[in-house]
Amino acid sequence: MNQDEIIKQGTKVYSRPRLMDDRNMHYCPGCSHGVVHKLVSEVIEELGLEDKTIGIAPVGCAVFAYHYIDVDWVEAAHGRAPAVATAVKRLDPSRMVFTYQGDGDLAAIGTAETIHAANRGENIAMIFINNGIYGMTGGQMAPTTLEGMKTATTPYGRRVDLNGYPLNITPLLAQLPGTCYVTRQSVHTAASVRKCKAAIKKAFQAALDGRGTAVIEVVSTCNSGWKMSPAKANEWMEENMFKAYPLGDLKPLE
Amino acid sequence: MAKVIGTVVVDRERCKGCDLCVVACPCDVLSLAAKDVNDRGYHYAMMVNPEACIGCAACATVCPDACIEVYRLTQK
Repeated sequence: MNQDEIIKQGTKVYSRPRLMDDRNMHYCPGCSHGVVHKLVSEVIEELGLEDKTIGIAPVGCAVFAYHYIDVDWVEAAHGRAPAVATAVKRLDPSRMVFTYQGDGDLAAIGTAETIHAANRGENIAMIFINNGIYGMTGGQMAPTTLEGMKTATTPYGRRVDLNGYPLNITPLLAQLPGTCYVTRQSVHTAASVRKCKAAIKKAFQAALDGRGTAVIEVVSTCNSGWKMSPAKANEWMEENMFKAYPLGDLKPLE
Repeated sequence: MAKVIGTVVVDRERCKGCDLCVVACPCDVLSLAAKDVNDRGYHYAMMVNPEACIGCAACATVCPDACIEVYRLTQK
């Protein structure tokens, strides 16, 4: 049986999400951002929130997120996405508001906004892409960079005596009474992608229901910044990143 | 016994040749084009072993650029 016959007689089991705009993404080949964008589109479509969702785009690699997912967006200043999300959600509480941030945005310049938004228990969802490096600006050290990891600004590896310890921010947020759901996922295999999608769905529903702040950390790769092939970067992430950032629910949804 | 056969359609122009689908495929169906490139100069993914495809959609699930469509047919 040839391909045309299978397509004609069979059923389509996977296709590009309807909410993704028809343009090529600017991300490097193999970037985890693409997978997470896809999951966000699918979840919004499945929950039927196309007209009710407002995303807050960050500064960082995902700065053009509003070009790729066909919902309403607001672009925030660097690190200020949770503050903007607070305003948007309070002005129209019927909307599902989520932020999409990287580690430079959420864990470095925006630490104060992140912690205070979570502490106030704003009814928003935060998607946190943690790849341990500043991807957009050329692979400099981020707060989440692992000890001994080589980056453009730590060419001999991150030194704890000089640069401090890697910042593990999600457990900090899990301690706060304002958060309702804090989880850490990854998107490196088909199984982990499906798990991550379920987590995003749960978080979006919780934010919409007004249960508090939901945080999804996605441990990701930056193959360009790490100077590896995409497949090798996934292996490196499994060996090194998962030790420092173990996957699983840090605060399950009650 | 019913046999499941599948096939994938790769949007060649959108593909960036990251190789993640090739790694994710449990049946070694996909491979990057050895010599051919698309308009943007990437070695796109293509089916090299189409008979082995079971339509599990693992390739499409991990594709960061959402350029893979998967079809599945159950033969009685």
